[in-house]
Amino acid sequence: MTTQHIEVTVNGTTHAADVEPRQLLAFFLREQLRLTGVHVGCDTTSCGVCTVLLDGVPIKSCTALAVQADGREIRTVEGLEQNGTLHPIQAAFMEEHGLQCGFCTPGMMMASVALLESNPNPSEEEIRWALSGNLCRCTGYMNIVKSVRRAAENIREENAVPVGAGEGR
Amino acid sequence: MLPAAFDYVRPSDLTETVQILAQRGDEGKLLAGGQSLIPLLKLRFALPEVLIDIGRLEGFEYVRVEGEQLRIGAGTRHAFLAASPVAREHAPALAAAAPQIADPIVRNWGTIGGSLAHADPAGDLGSVMIAANSDFVALSNRGERVLRAREFFEGPFTTALAPDELLVEIRVPLARGRAFGSYSKLERKIGDFATVGVAVCLDMDDGTCRTAGIGLTAVGATNLEAREAEVALSGRRLDNEAIEEASRRAADAADPTSDLRGSAEYKRDVVRVYVQRALKQAGGMNR
Repeated sequence: MTTQHIEVTVNGTTHAADVEPRQLLAFFLREQLRLTGVHVGCDTTSCGVCTVLLDGVPIKSCTALAVQADGREIRTVEGLEQNGTLHPIQAAFMEEHGLQCGFCTPGMMMASVALLESNPNPSEEEIRWALSGNLCRCTGYMNIVKSVRRAAENIREENAVPVGAGEGR
Repeated sequence: MLPAAFDYVRPSDLTETVQILAQRGDEGKLLAGGQSLIPLLKLRFALPEVLIDIGRLEGFEYVRVEGEQLRIGAGTRHAFLAASPVAREHAPALAAAAPQIADPIVRNWGTIGGSLAHADPAGDLGSVMIAANSDFVALSNRGERVLRAREFFEGPFTTALAPDELLVEIRVPLARGRAFGSYSKLERKIGDFATVGVAVCLDMDDGTCRTAGIGLTAVGATNLEAREAEVALSGRRLDNEAIEEASRRAADAADPTSDLRGSAEYKRDVVRVYVQRALKQAGGMNR
């Protein structure tokens, strides 16, 4: 069995590993790094529950090889929370009941994070298009879209300059 | 699903790639984004001995105008093409198809060259390339050769590329001033393969169609050209009679099979309707 040496930065930590070239990224993350928030659903590039960010871009990790991530940076749902504070997308999914069974949630959130990083104020239509590669088997799309809108509002408010700031002295 | 074992090499440039292909092209497969190949590996429909990873080659992703052509690097990802203003301006049918391929996440990694070389008869881009009369540039350590899109697809998942060749560039003739281009796709849901797809490229001159290109997706063993329909339109005023005749002939060119996505009869009629709609749009007529 030939293996390939890879170094992958996952949620800010660099991991070195020897992997078989056929090792799929989703299973590398789940089984070797124990990041089981990376779900595997259809295993055929259809459902999007395995979505992770590779160099900031959402990809379906069931349809990527671990060797393709060598030297690159990956973010999974486990990396969203920082120092005990939920990421705005996580908080918004909670506030707007964006999850029912929770199975699609990690993929939905990672695709949404990428959307909001490139488009801080997406319309409902833009959100629906951006999430069109992610399926929710509970069909809870209404609240997922609401959650993304809420997250966008919350992020904008956080970043907004408070009224009156910089005026007078 | 775990693919069968294979060796893995990651050449650092095209020169090294064609050297590896010359030695191991018969037993190897090129890996670009992997969005078509990895599913085949997982299902073990493809059992290569070696994967040659060209996914990181420098200077392999570009969309630019050169002379009378839009030149696209084979390593260009679908998302890159879909966002390209140059493509929108110069290749309207291609620009229309780009955001309809697969789903937005797959488009982040899937490449134009990978999709074309995969040659799935239900792939969208082949029909566009046929309709636009594009050329493909193949490279091996024997040199470069140019293949016509219309002669590229030889059968399901089979192309005119030799085992030691790789697709390096796609050349699409620039749409001229009055050109019309469209891609219409019927799919059950986003991310599904096309039930039927129709690409139409017309060179228009004041209501008259000078030349026409029509490519069909998922209604035959390869992406198909609707040759008789193109002939019927060439040099002809785009009136109702011409449109009816061309759309009927395009439907005749289709050779679909019945499956879960629809009956052969239904798919053939979708071809007729989609060609008709595109032509009416090109002619500025209401549906």
